[in-house]
Amino acid sequence: MNWVWFHKWASPKWFFQKTQRLQIWLAALALILLVTGTVWGLAFAPEDFKQGNSFRIFYIHVPSAILAQSIFMAMAIAGSVGLIWRIKLAHVFVEVAAPIGASITLLALVTGAIWGKPTWGTWWVWDARLTSTLIQFFIYLGIISLYQSIENRDTAAKATAVACLVGVVNLPIIKFSVNWWNTLHQPATFKLTEAPSMSAEMYIPGLVMLVGFYMFFALLVVVRMRTEILQREKGAFWVREYLEQKNVL
Amino acid sequence: MIARVFRYEFLQAYRRRSELVTPVVFFVMVCSMFPLALGSVREVLAPLASGIIWVAALLATLLSLDQMFRQDFDDGILEQMELSEVPFYQMVSIKILAHWCLTGLPLVILSPLLAMMLFMPSESYLSLTLGLFLGTPILSLIGAIGAALTLKIRRGNVVLSLLIMPLYVPVLIFGATAPAMAAQGIVPTAQLLWLGAMLAMAATLAPLAAAFGLRINIYGS
Repeated sequence: MNWVWFHKWASPKWFFQKTQRLQIWLAALALILLVTGTVWGLAFAPEDFKQGNSFRIFYIHVPSAILAQSIFMAMAIAGSVGLIWRIKLAHVFVEVAAPIGASITLLALVTGAIWGKPTWGTWWVWDARLTSTLIQFFIYLGIISLYQSIENRDTAAKATAVACLVGVVNLPIIKFSVNWWNTLHQPATFKLTEAPSMSAEMYIPGLVMLVGFYMFFALLVVVRMRTEILQREKGAFWVREYLEQKNVL
Repeated sequence: MIARVFRYEFLQAYRRRSELVTPVVFFVMVCSMFPLALGSVREVLAPLASGIIWVAALLATLLSLDQMFRQDFDDGILEQMELSEVPFYQMVSIKILAHWCLTGLPLVILSPLLAMMLFMPSESYLSLTLGLFLGTPILSLIGAIGAALTLKIRRGNVVLSLLIMPLYVPVLIFGATAPAMAAQGIVPTAQLLWLGAMLAMAATLAPLAAAFGLRINIYGS
């Protein structure tokens, strides 16, 4: 198989030039999907039989919870790519994705709490899923603070990549132990884990939102990576050329 | 060679005695703060005892982690260890083992005394001590990764705690629930087996990750 196309993406210049158009497409897609999903989910999807309208936060909560986990996985994969093939752009991805991942996890936690109040009558329960999401949020914060506090950029990137890998190995163990701990302490009063036996007209807006969230994440990552590349490569000729074209210099 | 490194670690620790006892004193102090805060009633303290001791052990370990590699990194000994013919991860394993002997083991030995002071039911003593015996090495092993990664940070201790504490959750859960099970008359075999399994996994993987982290700091910059 020819891997040239892959290696080309490792070049900051190539990445910067090729994502010029891509970010517009991503922005358009994210906007369309998120607006469609929100309007559809909030206004047109049928009301829940038991929970009434309060279930509609599902359309924010579930996509953010799913995305939060994917981002962590993506960071670990990018981190190992960076360590193995020494691709700097992979480290840039980890660096810009971490704060987004933390915010999305926080969004999942907050929307979960808001949903919990009308449904369960309490903002917070030490349910297995909530607890492991909270711990995942802590891991995100730890990784961000590690990156922020190491001065040398190269060392910081590598150390962060190792931390991501260690975190990914640990996440299943943490999830398992929290599950186990929860079932030991109290019988699960509220089951979040049951597959929602939803009708199609209820979950399709959710899927639209999910894809919209992914597109929005991709857009944020691309925009932030481009800014980071400009800063890192500010001495390079093509950057000067680009900035002159934009009449910045 | 390995025996010499081990001996060197103990000699270093002996020459810095005050640093050595700090985590242990901290452990005892944190444990004795709880009766003052919660009240000295036996019925209140007894069910909380195992949790208190475990959290205190976890904090005491976190406190001691920062010193695991820093001194040797600053005076260049770590670099020499990396260059020696013994594989670096073995050196790191020895250092972690020495760290546990000097900080984790005293906590294990002291735990029955503190359990008694916190009115823990006597059926739980064995599972608490055994749990700490299996669990505190895991704390040192995972902590070593954090200590390796935060080596170049000036006030690395805070970052280290933030990074490592979430990863301690499984150990804390299995360790602290074992005495609680024993108090109900159930033999906590499952918890102890889980701790043993996690120890086996951490002992094989963590030194490799820590050695890698140290190499980043030795060769980076």
